Amino acid sequence: MNRYPLWKNLIVVVVVLVGLFYALPNFFGEEPALQISKRDGSMEQVALSEAQSALRAAGIEYGRSEIQGDSGLIRFNSTDDQLEAVDVVRAALGGDYPVALNLAPAAPTWLTDLGALPMYLGLDLRGGVHFLMQVDMGAAIKTALERRVDGMRADLRGERLRYVSAEVTDEQRIQVRFRDAESRDQAIEQLTEGYEDLEFDSTEIDGEPYLTATMTEEGVETERRAALEQNITTLRNRVNELGVAEPLIQQQGDSRIVVELPGIQDTVRAKEILGATATLEFRLVHGSPADWVDADESGSIPPQARLYQRRDGGPVLLKRQVIVTGDRVTGASSGFDQDSGSPAVFVNLDSQGARRMADITGDNIGQQMGVVFIENRIDTQVDENGKLIEEKKLVEEVINVATIRDQLANRFQITGLDSSEEARNLSLLLRAGALRAPMDIVEERTVGPSLGAENIQAGVNAAILGFVLVAIFMMIYYRVFGVIAVVALVTNLVLIVAVLSMLQATLTLPGIAGIVLTVGMAVDANVLIFERIREELRNGMTPHAAMKAGYERAFATILDANITTLLAALALFAFGTGPIKGFAVTLSIGILASVFTAVMLSRALANLVYGRQARLKGLSI
Amino acid sequence: MNLFPSDARFDFFGKRYFAYALSAILLLVAAGSLATKGLNLGLDFTGGVVIELGYPGGADIDAVRETLDAKGFENAVAQLFGSSESVMIRLPPTDDSHSRLADELLIAMQSETADVEMRRVEYVGPAVGKELFNAGGLALLVVLAGILVYVGFRFQVRLAGGAILALAHDLVVVLGIVSLLGLRFDLTVLAAFLALAGYSINDTIVVFDRIRENFQKMRKGTEKEVMNASVNQTMSRTVITSGTTFLTALALFVFGGEALSGFSLTLLLGIAIGTFSSIYVASAVSLDMGLKRQDLLKIDDKERLKQAEDSNTP
Repeated sequence: MNRYPLWKNLIVVVVVLVGLFYALPNFFGEEPALQISKRDGSMEQVALSEAQSALRAAGIEYGRSEIQGDSGLIRFNSTDDQLEAVDVVRAALGGDYPVALNLAPAAPTWLTDLGALPMYLGLDLRGGVHFLMQVDMGAAIKTALERRVDGMRADLRGERLRYVSAEVTDEQRIQVRFRDAESRDQAIEQLTEGYEDLEFDSTEIDGEPYLTATMTEEGVETERRAALEQNITTLRNRVNELGVAEPLIQQQGDSRIVVELPGIQDTVRAKEILGATATLEFRLVHGSPADWVDADESGSIPPQARLYQRRDGGPVLLKRQVIVTGDRVTGASSGFDQDSGSPAVFVNLDSQGARRMADITGDNIGQQMGVVFIENRIDTQVDENGKLIEEKKLVEEVINVATIRDQLANRFQITGLDSSEEARNLSLLLRAGALRAPMDIVEERTVGPSLGAENIQAGVNAAILGFVLVAIFMMIYYRVFGVIAVVALVTNLVLIVAVLSMLQATLTLPGIAGIVLTVGMAVDANVLIFERIREELRNGMTPHAAMKAGYERAFATILDANITTLLAALALFAFGTGPIKGFAVTLSIGILASVFTAVMLSRALANLVYGRQARLKGLSI
Repeated sequence: MNLFPSDARFDFFGKRYFAYALSAILLLVAAGSLATKGLNLGLDFTGGVVIELGYPGGADIDAVRETLDAKGFENAVAQLFGSSESVMIRLPPTDDSHSRLADELLIAMQSETADVEMRRVEYVGPAVGKELFNAGGLALLVVLAGILVYVGFRFQVRLAGGAILALAHDLVVVLGIVSLLGLRFDLTVLAAFLALAGYSINDTIVVFDRIRENFQKMRKGTEKEVMNASVNQTMSRTVITSGTTFLTALALFVFGGEALSGFSLTLLLGIAIGTFSSIYVASAVSLDMGLKRQDLLKIDDKERLKQAEDSNTP
């Protein structure tokens, strides 16, 4: 007699039911929807109701609406309605509520409330952009050193220690030149305390006394981490500004960031926004236009000034001292200058920035102020030895020079931009904050929506064909036991889908290939068992004994065979990226699920069919 | 119904030198092709730009090439991809390769034909390509080492040696065929290789398991006879599993589209080679490496044998 104890049967039933439940949401498909979030906060019901009444007023039909997590969701019957609705909702709620197009699972609420969600499709299946960005750590360190130099200048002035020049060299070193060795030594003594992350040294260069300072290893590490964190935060803000549903922004390694934007097709604009390190600096103008041209032609620049080029042509000298930088900006919006009608950006500053701006502009009414537009670019080149050289280009342009007519405070406008498009981008960048270090896109993969849909179709077709072929073969070859194997195989597929849905692991095209391949390999366990049963029957065992022996003896083999395959899958997961990881995930889940279905489930079924017959004559195998 | 006679007594190991010769030829051809032709590395590993464009109603590939030339993309290679409506354009990695190049290419093509559709844009920087290649190689080594340790621990060192040799044999031969056919070697093909490593070892393990069981059960017969019997007994299963896996890989090849064609073709090749090698290379090499009955006996069996010997000696 072959019977499973009750607990084993219960395990099988419970696992299958749970699997069915979690696989269920995948059969409902998706509906077009709008995802509404709130800048700096979570979405409230009031705003959602406001959006709904605007839609009613515009005569656009909408479906189920709800608040999920931090954002609101309004569903539509068709993409046409959805596209019409975007503008209506944006107009109704205003700029504080980014609205994104999204596809929402159409599964009923009782399923989603219990955490049963459809599988998370990768970009190669749903379409979208994947970027891998390299953070320029050299530039991050250099900027950090430059901040230190600014502080040192102020400290030295405060201590009345005269220095000739202070700057950051290309070798990531601070160099301060003094008139005599005595003041240099005093300076080192004074500065050592305030700058724990710097190592000071005294040297002579061409007979002149110099102080040099380099950053300690811990200091560099701290700066690197800070640069990465701030860049991730900034990217997140920018992506929210773009209105992308379900974006992914993640650290990879110690200097890279992965950005995935589902549904985005316009990569050019996405890149402009993400990669731009554009920021602003406000500085007072130095000297007169005649001085500017002089400095440009002679190359002798006054020590307290820096030479810039104006966007509209010609040089300009600005004071070294910065009034306010872009990171003091709390809000920015684009529009048009009321007087001239040219594109303008309206800027709000935080209290500290506003105070500085008020102090300096108050003291300098009638003087001119320049707005510097700073953009960082990296070009990667390969030299003749095949080595990579990264060439950094810093574009610093003065976009606007204007006379200070009044004391500026926390709100003012900037003009001098090329187009309203540029005004919009600059306001977006200022709002989202500055990147701490420039970044370069080192990998990009964009998939259009139609290719994504084709990939899904191709994967599903292959899975169905593979399954049908294997099922037909098994049923012909093993008859009743073949049917058992096919039931186990179907359950295996359900379990894979269920686990993928539960983990919300990303399903990619290679991932689907992994599932299809699992169909072929999953029957292996059953083949091993059935061949063993046939063998034991030939050796003269009774049907019951043969069944028992078949399942039990084949088990060790099944375990050994699957563990080695699992080893390969895990290595794939550990070293693979993107789509390959997706393949490793489905392969691993498939292996685990197949051991359960082929051993426990198929045994339970076989027991159900044959187990109770005391006088079993033979097996249909 | 039986695909393989259940009472078969084929002398697999007697003919193993023919199999060795076949393996040697395959390995030589593979090594030759890898040495002279090399691998046709894809964008993932070389870096560069690939874009796929959709032309509703059919693409005029000559016109596309002319446009490319006219727009200054002289080194671009354009070809139909999968269907007559889809064109793939690849730019080899250049000195100033940058993701902006992909945008420029796309914009250039879209400005020429209005209704052209962006299906796919991929850019891989040269540094990333090198890293992906190294990570892939590392993954392969880790898989091989992991399997060696596991099989050595669960079975026996000589069997582990045979298993790893069989695995390396499969990977080199399939890699050689991929090189010979000029198939593009990209990340998905690499994934197929790693899956193949798992599959090939799976097949070998099943045979080994039976060998171990038979050494414990069949007290008579030489090592060669026991191993022959084991391969005969597992033959049916080997053929069926290879068959079903082959069928699903075939389904992927037929329906999976261009994106998976390299992947599924690699699997199809690998399944065929892997089945052959788990019979001939893995087991036969273990036998020739001097696998003995004692190597696979359980410890208590060994002790019993020893005790029996002890009691016999007065």
